Amino acid sequence: MNKLPLIIKREYLAKVRNRSFVIMTFLSPILMVGLVVLIAYLTQINDSEKRILAVLNESDYFENDFNPTENVSYIQLKNLSLQQAKDSVLTMGFYGLLFIPDKADVVSVAADSYLYTKDAPNSGILERLERIFEERLRQQKLIDLKLSAADFAEMDQDFEIHAETFEGEQNIKGIDLVKAGIGGSFGYLIMMFIVIYGGFVMRSVIEEKTSRIIEVIISSVKPFQLMLGKIIGTALAGLTQFGIWIFSATLLLSLVWLFFDIDVSGIQTMPDLPGGTVNNLGPSTSIASGIQAGFDMINEIPFGLLIISFTIYFLLGYLIYSSIYAAIGAAVDNETDTQQFIFPIILPLILAIYVGFFSVFNNPHGPIAVGFSLFPLTSPIVMLMRLPGGIGEGGVPIWQFVASILILIGTFITIVWLAAKIYRVGILMYGKKPSYRELFKWLRY
Amino acid sequence: MNKILVADKVTKSFGNHTALQDISLEIPNNCIYGLLGPNGAGKTTFIRIINQITYPDSGAVYFDGKPLEPQHISLIGYLPEERGLYKSMKVGEQALYLAQLKGLSKQEAKKRLKYWFDKFEIGDWWGKKIQELSKGMAQKIQFIVTILHQPKLLIFDEPFSGFDPINANIIKEEILELKKNGTSIIFSTHRMESVEELCEHIALIHKSKLILDGKLSEIKKTYKNNIFEIGLQTANQSEFLEHFKQHFTVKTSAYDALEEQLNFTVQLPSGNTQELLNYLATKGNISQFVETIPSASDIFIQTIQSKA
Repeated sequence: MNKLPLIIKREYLAKVRNRSFVIMTFLSPILMVGLVVLIAYLTQINDSEKRILAVLNESDYFENDFNPTENVSYIQLKNLSLQQAKDSVLTMGFYGLLFIPDKADVVSVAADSYLYTKDAPNSGILERLERIFEERLRQQKLIDLKLSAADFAEMDQDFEIHAETFEGEQNIKGIDLVKAGIGGSFGYLIMMFIVIYGGFVMRSVIEEKTSRIIEVIISSVKPFQLMLGKIIGTALAGLTQFGIWIFSATLLLSLVWLFFDIDVSGIQTMPDLPGGTVNNLGPSTSIASGIQAGFDMINEIPFGLLIISFTIYFLLGYLIYSSIYAAIGAAVDNETDTQQFIFPIILPLILAIYVGFFSVFNNPHGPIAVGFSLFPLTSPIVMLMRLPGGIGEGGVPIWQFVASILILIGTFITIVWLAAKIYRVGILMYGKKPSYRELFKWLRY
Repeated sequence: MNKILVADKVTKSFGNHTALQDISLEIPNNCIYGLLGPNGAGKTTFIRIINQITYPDSGAVYFDGKPLEPQHISLIGYLPEERGLYKSMKVGEQALYLAQLKGLSKQEAKKRLKYWFDKFEIGDWWGKKIQELSKGMAQKIQFIVTILHQPKLLIFDEPFSGFDPINANIIKEEILELKKNGTSIIFSTHRMESVEELCEHIALIHKSKLILDGKLSEIKKTYKNNIFEIGLQTANQSEFLEHFKQHFTVKTSAYDALEEQLNFTVQLPSGNTQELLNYLATKGNISQFVETIPSASDIFIQTIQSKA
C-alpha cells in the first residue's frame, strides 16, 4: 500500500537519466577544475614574467637596496647622463629606468627620484620601489633621532595580545575568518541547492501538468504523496550529483597537481619583502605562526555539531522551499508564468546570504544576526553562518538554537500543509494563470 | 447488494460555484452506465469524487455497499478525459510504474502487460519513449494501463477520443468484453451514438443537478409521445386526409403522386393503436406503421432545453 518509495524511485531515475543532468554532472567538475587550473596557470605566467629595471643612481644612498627578486632584477647604470640612460634603456628593451639624483641628503634625493617607463608602471613594481624608499627614509629619520639599528629592530617587533575565554580556552583569535569561511560556504551551499533543485521540482510538476498525466497518477496515489515523492526523489538526485561533483573534483584536482605540478599555494603567498635590514624582521614569521594558529583553531570548530545542524537545517530548509516550488509549479501552466511567484521566494534566500556576509560575520550575536537566524525562511542559511562559533558560552545561545529549529519545524509543517493544498487544487486547473488572491481561495477548497 | 456504486446527496462546491448539488444515484453491478451532461455540468467533479481525488462537502458515496475508502482505489480504474503519459519515459517502464501504483506486484504487472501487448500486437513498443508514439498509440497504452489491475469498476471519460474508427472499434469491443466478464463501467461521453450503442443505464447531469436517470429503454418509453409514422397507399389523399384529420392529430404529411404513396405522422392521445389501425385498413394498403422512439440525443437535447 505504501507507494511513496515507488514514486521516489521514479522521480530519482527520471532526473538522473535526464541527458542534460548527466552532462551537467560530468561536465561541471571538469569545467571547475579547468577553471582553477587556468587561473593558477595564468597567475604563474603573470608572476614568472621577469622584468629588468635599470637604475641610474647618482646619489650616495641606496647602493645595496636594489636586490633582485623573483620578478624584478636591477641593472645598475654608471657614468651615463639621464638622456643617455633613457636611450639605452629603450634600445635594450628594459622595463624602465629609475633615476636617483645626487643630492645633499636622502630626503631630497628621494623627493627628486623618477621612474621612467614606457607605459603606466606595474603597480607591484611601483609598490616595491616605494617600499624601498620608505624604508630608507624611515631608517634615516631614526638615525637622526639617534636610534641604533638594534633599537630600531626592537621597535619593529610585532605584538600579539594574549586572549582567552573566561573558561581559559586559548587560541580563539583569528578563528572568525575560518569560521566565516566554513559557515559561509555551508550557507551558500544550502542556497544553491534550494534554488537549483527547487527549480527542478517545479519544472517536474509543470511537466506532469502539461503532459496531462497528473490525473492518471492521482487517481492512484494521494497528491501529497506524489508531491513528497517528487521532492525527495529530486533531492536524492541532487545529492548524487553533489557527491559525484565533490568526488570527481577532488580526484581531478589531485591528478592535475600531480601531473602538472602547479603550485596552488603560489596564488596565496604574500609577495616577498624588500631586502635590507628589516627583511628578517618582517611579518613573515607572524604569518607562519598565524597559519599554525589557524590550524589549531580549525580543531576548535565544533564539526560534529556543524554537520548535524547542517543536515537539520539543510533538510528542513530544502523541504520548506521545495514544497513552495511544487505549489508554484502546480498553480501555473508553463514556466514563463512562474516569475511573479518565484521572486518572493528567492528574495529571503538572497537576503539571508547578504545579511550573513555583511552583518553576521562582523557581529554573530547582534540583533540582526539573531533575528534572521530565528526567521524560518532565512534561518537555515544565517544560523549556519553563526554556528561555527559553537553553542553555549561564547557561541549561539542554546535557546536561540533550539527556538530556531522549533520555529523551522513549525513552519515546515505549516508550509507543506499549505503548499499541498495549493498543489492539490492547482494540478487539476488548466488554462488560467492564477492570481495570489485565487491561490488564497484554493486554500479553502 | 447489487449496486457497485451509490451516491447519496453528494454536494460539492468550489468557492461560490456549486459543482454538484444533492446528487443521488445508484449504479448497478455489471452494467454500462452512461454519465451524460453538457460541458461544465459537473460530471468530471463527480468522477473525481468517486476516484477520491476530491471529496464531497456533504453526502456520501458507497462502493460495493461500503463507504468509499482509500483502499477502494485499487478496485477502480479511471481513464480521465485529460490524460497523458510521461513523454520521456519508456512505454514498458511507464506501464509497470502505473500498474504498481495501482497495487500490482511487478511480476504480476509484467505478466499481464505481456498479455495485453501481445493482444494488441504492440510488443515492439515496449522500449520506445512515449514521445516517439502517435497519439492513438499512446491512447492504447493508456487504455491498457487503466484496465490492467482488473478493477471492479471502470470509469471511462471520452474513451474514444484520439482513436481512428478502426481502433475505436477495437476499444469498444474490449469494453463490451470487460462488461461480459463482470466489470461495472461508468461511461462519460458526448457522443450520443456510443451511448445508444453501449449504455443500459444513463444519468443526465445539468447545471450541477441530476435531472434524469434510469434504464435507457425505460427512459425512452417515457419520452416517446405516441407519434407514429404511417405510410398508406391511396389514390385520393386529399379526401382521406380531410376525413382523417377530423379524428386524429396529423403532424406532417407528404404525398408522392407517382407512387400514390402518402406518408404522414400522427400523434395519438394514448398508446392505443387498435382503433387507428382498424380505420386505416379500410382506407388502403398500409405500407409502413412505426412508432417513433426518441434517440438518446433527442432525449438529451429535449431535457436540457426544457430545463433551460
